[in-house]
Amino acid sequence: MMEPVSIIKGSAYPLPRSNIDTDQILPAKWMKRVERTGYENGLFEIWRQDPSFITNDPERSQASIIVAGENFGCGSSRQHAVWALRDFGIRAIISSSIADIHRGNLPQEGIVPIELAQDVVELLLAATGVNPRVEIEINVTDRTVTCAEAGVFAMPFRIDNVSHFNLIHGYDPIDVTLTFEKSIETHESSRDPWLPQCSPEFV
Amino acid sequence: MTIPRTLIDKIWESRLIDSKPEGDLIYIDLHLFNEVTSPQAFEGLKLKDRKVRRPDLCMATADHDVPTGKHGLQVIDEIADKQLRFQQMYCKEFGIEHYPMSSSGNGIIHVLGPEKGLTQPGMTIVCGDSHTATHGAFGAIAFGIGTSQVEHVLATQTLRLSRPKTMSVTLVGTPHPDATAKDLALAVIRTLGTDGGTGHLIEFRGDAVRNLSMEGRMTLCNMAIEAGARSGLVAPDETTFAYLKGKERAPKGPLWDLAVDYWHSLATDPGAQFDKEIEIDITEVGPMVTWGVNPAQSVPVGSKIPALESFATKSEREAAVAALSYMGLEPGVSVSDIPIHTVFIGSCTNGRLEDLQAAAKVLEGRKISSSVRSLVVPGSASIKREAERLGIDKVFSEAGFEWRSPGCSMCVGMNGDIVPPGKHSTSTSNRNFEGRQGAGARTHLVSPETAAATAILGRIASPSDLPPINKKEGK
Repeated sequence: MMEPVSIIKGSAYPLPRSNIDTDQILPAKWMKRVERTGYENGLFEIWRQDPSFITNDPERSQASIIVAGENFGCGSSRQHAVWALRDFGIRAIISSSIADIHRGNLPQEGIVPIELAQDVVELLLAATGVNPRVEIEINVTDRTVTCAEAGVFAMPFRIDNVSHFNLIHGYDPIDVTLTFEKSIETHESSRDPWLPQCSPEFV
Repeated sequence: MTIPRTLIDKIWESRLIDSKPEGDLIYIDLHLFNEVTSPQAFEGLKLKDRKVRRPDLCMATADHDVPTGKHGLQVIDEIADKQLRFQQMYCKEFGIEHYPMSSSGNGIIHVLGPEKGLTQPGMTIVCGDSHTATHGAFGAIAFGIGTSQVEHVLATQTLRLSRPKTMSVTLVGTPHPDATAKDLALAVIRTLGTDGGTGHLIEFRGDAVRNLSMEGRMTLCNMAIEAGARSGLVAPDETTFAYLKGKERAPKGPLWDLAVDYWHSLATDPGAQFDKEIEIDITEVGPMVTWGVNPAQSVPVGSKIPALESFATKSEREAAVAALSYMGLEPGVSVSDIPIHTVFIGSCTNGRLEDLQAAAKVLEGRKISSSVRSLVVPGSASIKREAERLGIDKVFSEAGFEWRSPGCSMCVGMNGDIVPPGKHSTSTSNRNFEGRQGAGARTHLVSPETAAATAILGRIASPSDLPPINKKEGK
């Protein structure tokens, strides 16, 4: 069970680059861990070495939203990238497109993947870029984004229904699926007989 | 009359357990694991006192962390060692088929599935690794998932997913005779862009796809993820069946005939509608190479890095500027002039026997440039043995390549095999992202043939650029 997510309000890190891949979000060396927490120092590790990188801005130390260029989170499926975002205090990602696997991984840690038209993303990038205090308000339940300084009011965003459902209810998806035990068993009883099986005996 | 359906629709609907507005519950036929993205999933399972529902549908191998150097393989650090031990422990506890480091069945997970005949048409296959798309070459829905979803599949053998959109990508025209599957993949990604396939499963169609071997189809589908697609598929046909027949875990006897009948029925019906249909003209596409930091940033070998004005959008232009700054390159530079420090042949994209044979054919009777460090890493222990039986290892060694043990190696740079900062590599892997092959490494993606020719000349070149072999000097 996770905390249900309904409203997120906070300032932002504008990252106008496109194709920010998960190797940039969290370099592969951070995948050499067996824990689920403690990834905050790995977030954008290479880019953060530059003192002018946006996450180093002291005025944004409380920011909780990333506004990014298109195709955020492409590449490797590593959920470690999401753990790094979460541990760093990020609660929502806004982009015109978030890569499929990453978009599915974000809500697993309560982070809201928000897709908006590129021109709206540009407005948010501009407003939050100019003023680090500008706040964005996300109504997850209603699927809308508001940022007065960007001239964006109750703008509907795209989020897939599975993610939305799990976020607003805070359900553990496994618990939900386990209620379908009967249907799973029914499927299993009619699987094609030639489908392959695995066993330690093959090793 | 039934409504014509696509290959993707047929597989999806056959595995559908429940459909709700919040998504479809689909059954997973095969769950593959590596040592890096699964420990936390097993831990989560144990914390909640849950069981692995179907250990008989799970297979695990160690590939990301494993060292590939000479014998007496040393794991590079304690944490890699811990991941490898955790995997072994969990697989033992839950009764999962596991091929640990250095074992005779070890290899890259996406090479092992097909090799053992575990990957078959019509299946749903997942793994905590984005290049699970590789298995789509058999006409299976195969895609990468995150660790929470790994845990979900372990516990339930299902996933709740929004139904992906379908996309048909038809390759039309005849490529240049020197074009490989890798070159076609790079040309496709260049056309689609890095997010052209987002939200979609792609079915690759057209004669150029049909004419590919299974290995070639795996290379193409492997890289569908680099165009943003969850996966790529090729409809099963005689090439698929010929590859599968006799494989360890392929159906045998009467079941084989039943299976083939069913597999025949999977092809997309004439008139079936896709959500998106694209034709890509691949006429005269030849050897390709990437110049930037994503796989869509590529040009033909021998040509120049594009002028900034040639990019259609502001975003592409800005991406090119950032990429060239990282790569230490400029628009207008000829890719042939880029000095290459490291050549890597291997990975789930191009580490199969056919890839090694193709590179060896280029290298036979030649020596690599003294300025280049070259390594070849077979995709699996079985490929390594077969290559050694065929004498391919000798061709590589005599040319000056390091002949390695299987693993992901320099594709992901987690096992100690890395490119030094600021140096350029040509690599048969799938990602030229910043730092992917080591901090500051500058990666150029190519085919195995181009990698081999590049190793010989010390600059990016295709086999047609090589001078003829001087028989007196050769061998």
